[in-house]
Amino acid sequence: MKVAILGMGSVGKGLMQVISERDLGLVVTAVADSRSAIMDRDGISIDEVLEAKRLRGYCGDTSLSAMDVVTKGTYDVLVEVTPTNALTGEPGLSHILAALDRGRHVVTSNKGPIAREYERLRRCAAEKGVLLRYEATVGGAIPIIHTLEQGLAGNRVLAIFGVLNGTCNYILCRMAAEGLSYEQALLEAREMGYAEADPTYDVKGIDPAIKLVILANTFWKKPVQLEDVEVTGIDMLTNDALRLAEEQDCTIRLIAEAIPDRGILRVAPRLLPLSHPLVVDGTLNAITIETDMAGEITLIGKGAGSVETASAIIGDLLYIRDFHEGRHKKTP
Amino acid sequence: MKLEMRDAPGQLVAALRPISEVGGNIIAVIHQRDEKATKGDTLSVQIVLELPDQRLSDLVRLIREQGVNIQRIGHERLLYEKTVIVIGHLIHTDLGDTVDRIDRTGFAEVTGLNICMPAITQVSSARLVVKAVNRQDMEQAMDILRGVSKEKNFLLVEPLEEIE
Repeated sequence: MKVAILGMGSVGKGLMQVISERDLGLVVTAVADSRSAIMDRDGISIDEVLEAKRLRGYCGDTSLSAMDVVTKGTYDVLVEVTPTNALTGEPGLSHILAALDRGRHVVTSNKGPIAREYERLRRCAAEKGVLLRYEATVGGAIPIIHTLEQGLAGNRVLAIFGVLNGTCNYILCRMAAEGLSYEQALLEAREMGYAEADPTYDVKGIDPAIKLVILANTFWKKPVQLEDVEVTGIDMLTNDALRLAEEQDCTIRLIAEAIPDRGILRVAPRLLPLSHPLVVDGTLNAITIETDMAGEITLIGKGAGSVETASAIIGDLLYIRDFHEGRHKKTP
Repeated sequence: MKLEMRDAPGQLVAALRPISEVGGNIIAVIHQRDEKATKGDTLSVQIVLELPDQRLSDLVRLIREQGVNIQRIGHERLLYEKTVIVIGHLIHTDLGDTVDRIDRTGFAEVTGLNICMPAITQVSSARLVVKAVNRQDMEQAMDILRGVSKEKNFLLVEPLEEIE
């Protein structure tokens, strides 16, 4: 199966590394970064592209763009892993739409387009009879979308509760464990490389809210938007509050909640018993799904990292290969 | 509750059985022999009991089916409890008023309050225990608390939503 990769950040590079190391039956026929692109219908040398990127900062021919790859490249699946823009979804949105329009499958880790335009993208993929998969957008390595769509198929999802932001979880863990103030814990998270220079997106709860929108769109019959989520961040929390919670064998975590029957779509700090499965350590993510048949299921795993994200993308790619392009496809 | 029944063997047991049937717990049974003279062959019994949420009407019906007359149902005590954490300028925004907004509803009250005040310019954090008679009343009390928190710029940290 031929794969074109857009984006050579840590996710793109991690993915290319994994594809070159393992015999997965995937041939990379095109790669693009923000400044250049390289295409070869017979497959490009991943090692050479990675080396070129490392040496000169871009991967290929500067007269070619990512959009050239999308519209002219030879590929079965487009992997869209460019930086996310939560407001417009661009440039990922245009890339994905153009690929779907060409009748190509799309796999992405890009939250912006999926959270912004899920309904439009889903309809476009359905019309063209191709797949749009986005496992890597939520919960890092945790196969939450596969679990909802395949593993729990036929169940009615009553509620989803999730720890979807590792940075916030790390800060709260440190405040509880060491009695650090919010500011101290944030500073430490930055030093550890867990928080961005501008942490607003994480600590104000916007990042988990975007992921909640993606989850809700996956299992909820009604399309939802970021504006539908009631969002409260962790930046007002005090170590006193965490201590008061611990005196009652509880703690505080930033929880994303979606409960269709009650119209609840919310990200907010919540009080949880220390024994609750969502009380996970450090930068881990955790998601609890409540369904009518399966009851309660909790998945815990790494929420970020290049190889972890690559794992989710590979899972989507192999799903497409096995169930659409591969052995289940009727040969004409 | 105060019950009135015939003074005959087996009557008291018949009156008490429904309590266990609705999942209740008997805390005390007070036998009032002295009232017997005025009522002829009837007997009055007072029972103090704990009931699961929403089961009182079932219990009343079951006891009546046993031919036992209920003379009086006393106060339902507050059994539904929720702990929340509130962060903000709690003192300068009239803590008394914040608590009173719940207490004056008549169906819910703040039964516990632990507060930490680090410094005059910094925000305080408090743990509040709210009790109410049933789930609906608790939800109403929480709505009031959410309103107060919005008005006074508090961060209200609640437990997770419960899924039945």
